[in-house]
Amino acid sequence: MKTIRFCLLIVFICGIIYPLATTGIAQLIFPKQANGSLILNKDHKVVGSELIGQSFTSPKYFHGRISSIDNDAAASGSNNYAPSNKEMLKRVDDSIDALKRENPKLNVNKIPLDLITNSGSGLDPDISIQAAEFQIPRIVKETGISEQKLRQLIKKNTADRSLGIFGEQRVNVLQLNLDVEEIAR
Amino acid sequence: MDILQMLVVILIVILLVKPLGTYLYHVFSNESNKTDKWFGWLERVIYKLAGFKERRHMSWKKYVVSLILMNAVLVAIGFLLFLFQGSLILNPSKIKDMEPTLAFNTIVSFMTNTNLQHYSGETGLSYFSQMAVIIMMMFTSAATGLAVAIAFIRGITSKGETIGNFFEDFTKAITRILLPLSIIMTIVLVGLKVPQTLGPTIHAATLEGNIQNITIGPVAALESIKHLGTNGGGFFGANSSHPFENPSPITNVLEIMMMWCIPASLTYTFGKFAKNQKQGWVIFSSMLILFVGFLALVYYSESQGNPALNAMGLNHYQGSMEGKEVRFGIAQSSLFTTVTTAATTGSVNNMHDTLTPLGCLVPLALMMLNLVFGGDGVGLVNMLMYAILAVFLCGLLVGRTPEFLGKKIEPKEMKLITIALLAHPFIILLPTAIAFLTELGKGAISNPGFHGISQVLYEYTSSAANNGSGFEGLGDNTSFWNISTGIVMFLGRYISMIALLGVAGSLLKKQWVPENMGTFRTDNGLFIGILVGVVLIIGALTFLPVLALGPIAEYLSIR
Repeated sequence: MKTIRFCLLIVFICGIIYPLATTGIAQLIFPKQANGSLILNKDHKVVGSELIGQSFTSPKYFHGRISSIDNDAAASGSNNYAPSNKEMLKRVDDSIDALKRENPKLNVNKIPLDLITNSGSGLDPDISIQAAEFQIPRIVKETGISEQKLRQLIKKNTADRSLGIFGEQRVNVLQLNLDVEEIAR
Repeated sequence: MDILQMLVVILIVILLVKPLGTYLYHVFSNESNKTDKWFGWLERVIYKLAGFKERRHMSWKKYVVSLILMNAVLVAIGFLLFLFQGSLILNPSKIKDMEPTLAFNTIVSFMTNTNLQHYSGETGLSYFSQMAVIIMMMFTSAATGLAVAIAFIRGITSKGETIGNFFEDFTKAITRILLPLSIIMTIVLVGLKVPQTLGPTIHAATLEGNIQNITIGPVAALESIKHLGTNGGGFFGANSSHPFENPSPITNVLEIMMMWCIPASLTYTFGKFAKNQKQGWVIFSSMLILFVGFLALVYYSESQGNPALNAMGLNHYQGSMEGKEVRFGIAQSSLFTTVTTAATTGSVNNMHDTLTPLGCLVPLALMMLNLVFGGDGVGLVNMLMYAILAVFLCGLLVGRTPEFLGKKIEPKEMKLITIALLAHPFIILLPTAIAFLTELGKGAISNPGFHGISQVLYEYTSSAANNGSGFEGLGDNTSFWNISTGIVMFLGRYISMIALLGVAGSLLKKQWVPENMGTFRTDNGLFIGILVGVVLIIGALTFLPVLALGPIAEYLSIR
């Protein structure tokens, strides 16, 4: 009986008080971050979250990582293909073919790997700088924005390694495309 | 840069070991100290409301019974909440009641500190279930592990005293360690963009004119205790690779620290209890040596890229990026993989199913050993079990009764240790074999060939080691997998716990043998070598055959 009372008390402290109290403090001190770091447009409508990758298929936008769930943020995850999986190898082959249709002279060795591989979460918001620069010729052709301007935009949306050493440099695709959209308009 | 950032993280953990280990000692040494002033009042309220007026010292049997009884009550509460979550409060996304075998699997998974997840958080749990069951279990299972470790340490180090009072150890683990650290880290994580809200799913109008539904919730509160408690169950299906759970490299480093610091510091706490700091560092160094070796293997393998893609003429300067996130790259992904399976947390920031063959050998091997830092409490206990075994083997070689910390190791202890030692491979290899004999098991494999063997093996290894990461391609939400892994997790947690507390209880009563010239020293470099050797030899003898069928065969076939 004492054990049951003890357990209910622990459930109350750890399972109810703790999450509610931290929610309260978080909402008070960091309201933007606590609600998903959302990006609003001029009409104050939510366009997306700076943290969550969005699906881009139109050639005038920079494309992000491959996502087997199509960047559907009501779910998350990937196909979990093993390195030896035939379906994965076929998908990579198809991606290479598609890139070659865009640019017949393409050297396979120059393709940034992150552009043709599935991210872990299916919601990766970033690509590498190489992957962004790789797409510049297409965007120039589609939007007429100069190469130099695009390079500037990429630089503007590049996050450095945390504290200068941790992780990788990366380009946020949604924010980059928002800038592209702004200029193209 | 890659090597440097891994070294910096390892260095910070080494620096944390002494202060945190000392703090843990103060919490559990039961001598009055400064922490009483801060947390004593809360504990008094809890004891009073629960009706624990006097907290007498327990025999090891009483300790085990209290532990199991308490875990059983929590399981019952959690199970009911899962079954009826659809009609309970805080369910903005209208999640349905949980299916019974899945609820069984999930509740066992969280009570045993495993956090194997056969559901997906976005679609399987209401906010109330995430809080009152998942978060609550993350505290209680970690506190249970810490209590066991402290009782075990008291048993092997103190001279004829007591292994303590379970409820007191359990409460202190929550009020003085897990709760305050979790609160601080939750706020830090929110500052670094991890969401913490009870608001409903967000509907965003995307640039290309579609609607993107973004699931959100009280993520940060779960994220901090998930790592501090070496639990590992994610709020979202994609776990710590999800940008809401782990938005940047700096949160990645913090999450690594959180899951690593308590198991690492407990070695120092052990040294304090043993009144021999060198003894603690010997255990720590043995763990670190194994850790660095495995880290090097996974980092090397991942940075060489996927051989099958390299053969297509692709450039692998980024490493193998399938299943990884750009912000983490190879270094932070490899480090996370190694820490999460060493400290048996089981959160993932990249998909382990997609690791290169030798890369996936590393998490498998670390979970098979289950003692390189290990989960909160239990990892240290497992390593000390091996230390006793190493002493015993050396004793056999020279024909002298083995002693550990001045206590004679005799047949009774060795029998209990053998039970704990053999249970682990038994509950991994036997169910793996059974799964391959049935369509129910084989049907779940999503990656054909040798990798399929690894998928099944990984699932049971992760269950037995109470890790909880998975090769998530495996179609494991079926009654067969829910029930079989549920049983394995249960046995994996409690058999060794009971056997080793039995060892502690037995050693507690022994006469202390003073040290002399002939005593075999266990606090020097030689012993580190012996301990690491014993771990590797026993681990290799047990598991190499099955590893040869899975990752090693895959490695040899896709180069």
